[in-house]
Amino acid sequence: MTAYVTVKGLSRVFDVSKPWLNRVLERRGKAFLTAVSEVDLDIEERTTYALVGESGSGKSTIGRMLVGLLRPTGGEVEVEGVNLDRETDRAKVAKVRGDIQMIFQDPYASLNPRWRVRDIIVEPVAVKSGDTEGLAERLLEQVGLHAADAGKFPHEFSGGQRQRICIARALASEPRLIVCDEPTSALDVSVQAQVLNLMSDLKEEFGLTYLLITHDLTVVRHMADRIGVLYLGRLVEEADPTTLFETPKHPYTQMLLNAAPRIDGFGREVDPPQGEIPDPINPPPGCAFHPRCPIARDICRQERPRIRPLGATRVACHLAE
Amino acid sequence: MTGPVLSIRDLSVEIPTRAGVVKPVDGVSYDIGRGEILGVVGESGAGKSMAGNAVIGLLNPPAHISAGEIWLEGARIDPLQGEAMRRLRGKEIGMVFQDPLTSLNPLLKIGDQLTETILTHLPVSREEAERRAIAALDEVGIPGAAQRIDSYPHEFSGGMRQRVVIALALCAEPSLIIADEPTTALDVSVQAQIIALLRRLCRDRGTAVMLITHDMGVIAEAADRVAVMYAGRLAELGPVREVLTRPQHPYTDGLMASTPLASQARNRLHQIPGSMPRLTDLPDGCAFHPRCPLVQAQCRQNPHPNIGKGRAACWFPLIERAAE
Repeated sequence: MTAYVTVKGLSRVFDVSKPWLNRVLERRGKAFLTAVSEVDLDIEERTTYALVGESGSGKSTIGRMLVGLLRPTGGEVEVEGVNLDRETDRAKVAKVRGDIQMIFQDPYASLNPRWRVRDIIVEPVAVKSGDTEGLAERLLEQVGLHAADAGKFPHEFSGGQRQRICIARALASEPRLIVCDEPTSALDVSVQAQVLNLMSDLKEEFGLTYLLITHDLTVVRHMADRIGVLYLGRLVEEADPTTLFETPKHPYTQMLLNAAPRIDGFGREVDPPQGEIPDPINPPPGCAFHPRCPIARDICRQERPRIRPLGATRVACHLAE
Repeated sequence: MTGPVLSIRDLSVEIPTRAGVVKPVDGVSYDIGRGEILGVVGESGAGKSMAGNAVIGLLNPPAHISAGEIWLEGARIDPLQGEAMRRLRGKEIGMVFQDPLTSLNPLLKIGDQLTETILTHLPVSREEAERRAIAALDEVGIPGAAQRIDSYPHEFSGGMRQRVVIALALCAEPSLIIADEPTTALDVSVQAQIIALLRRLCRDRGTAVMLITHDMGVIAEAADRVAVMYAGRLAELGPVREVLTRPQHPYTDGLMASTPLASQARNRLHQIPGSMPRLTDLPDGCAFHPRCPLVQAQCRQNPHPNIGKGRAACWFPLIERAAE
């Protein structure tokens, strides 16, 4: 197996300063928010890599940099061995870009209400003046809708059906990698099951690679081949699902798994985790998790842990063993 | 007093529309006892929030209660209008909604919002009200309550805001709290904090809680009993452990099987075919029959089943099938 996507030292900083006049009047400097900080990861071909984390952990920002909606501030993203940010051969970049598609969280906001479903689905092919004859009808059947639905408008469909249309659109250009940003978070449980099963089937059928971005640990357990846990823009732990769920190494992963409600956790008395995610504009020094960590020592406050291999896991913690 | 805090009897809500009258809540009955958390689950459009809104008299016209009774602490409250209902709301029934920002006034300090609520509902002096406001913030776990009382809502994080909303719901010492998706907008770790808080308050004060959510995990951990709703009707009602581990209604069974488990390795998820019917276009008989794997002729012909001896509103509850 080869790494289809290679991410090295990836960082993204947003300038969140107030307008210059406010800064002068209030005597404040510029403010920078580090959304993603030095993330390294590889995604193997034909696997599902899941990024999990709470809000503000930078998981969507990584997805957006991968598809090229945002430019990295530092580090590199290579897809099929091509650095999309630096590569000068435009034909090469265009080829790789065509292999990447994205599915968004809100199926209501990501379909143009004035377009017919047929036009929405064939758009990725039509812009490259490809052959769109019968394409929409074929794809609609593939995602479990009817060919006759191609003439309808998005408002005629339910949330789950709209997400199927989004998936059909993503498949139209025959991509190899699909970045799915919270694909089922807006859906009800029974509809979520339908969409997740569909995604698994399509992966087998087309040999797709997924980057699955979600906050839902149960979805990750079902879908992922490899899981990366993010905290405050940093990759703190990475492992396969069984290893991660059965022997989590990082104290944050342990806290997250313990806090997640379980449908078999009747009357479970959890010690709720202490504190909340710190301000990403002024992250704590050293390990970002140390103010909430039950086992933090002096070294955690001073030195940022590098991610290191530990058995089947990669973990960024000084004390994990 | 031993009777239930809240008792809903055959409650129906109707909305007249151009396509005819729809019933987002249809013949729903349940009780909530002192110190009990009743979880109300269902998918979008199942009518779970609408039932909660009917109890607190917050139905948006033209939606209205068309049949049934609501009893709170032995008094019938569904006919109450205007001022009488307003006095009840906040005093006897506290509310916690999904989005804490829309429940708080952004222009008022949280201390003022709390004291105003206390002064409106309880016969106490301003000093006493302020003392109670600090005590309420302290109780919901806001550090430095005496100082934070002068803060505005925007100065709190999402989790802390939801604690303030819970303090607001509690400060007039209501006998019932209606919590509508209280943790849906929050992160996992904060959600665990809020659930633990709700459970502690319920236990310590004996407050009854109606916890409306779509999250089965939250229900399993927080609720004592659970009411499963489908297309405006009650599908199953019973103790949470029994309903979730040995569901009697095929819908509950399908819902549980389609929920991914964190404790279990990868397998294919169970699918319930189709989707919830539109309220304007409900099937005859049992509303679930077009999606039910065990449907029989009787389910299509007979009127909608009610909850009888067992827990489920089903002509052929799963328990009997197993016995056959």
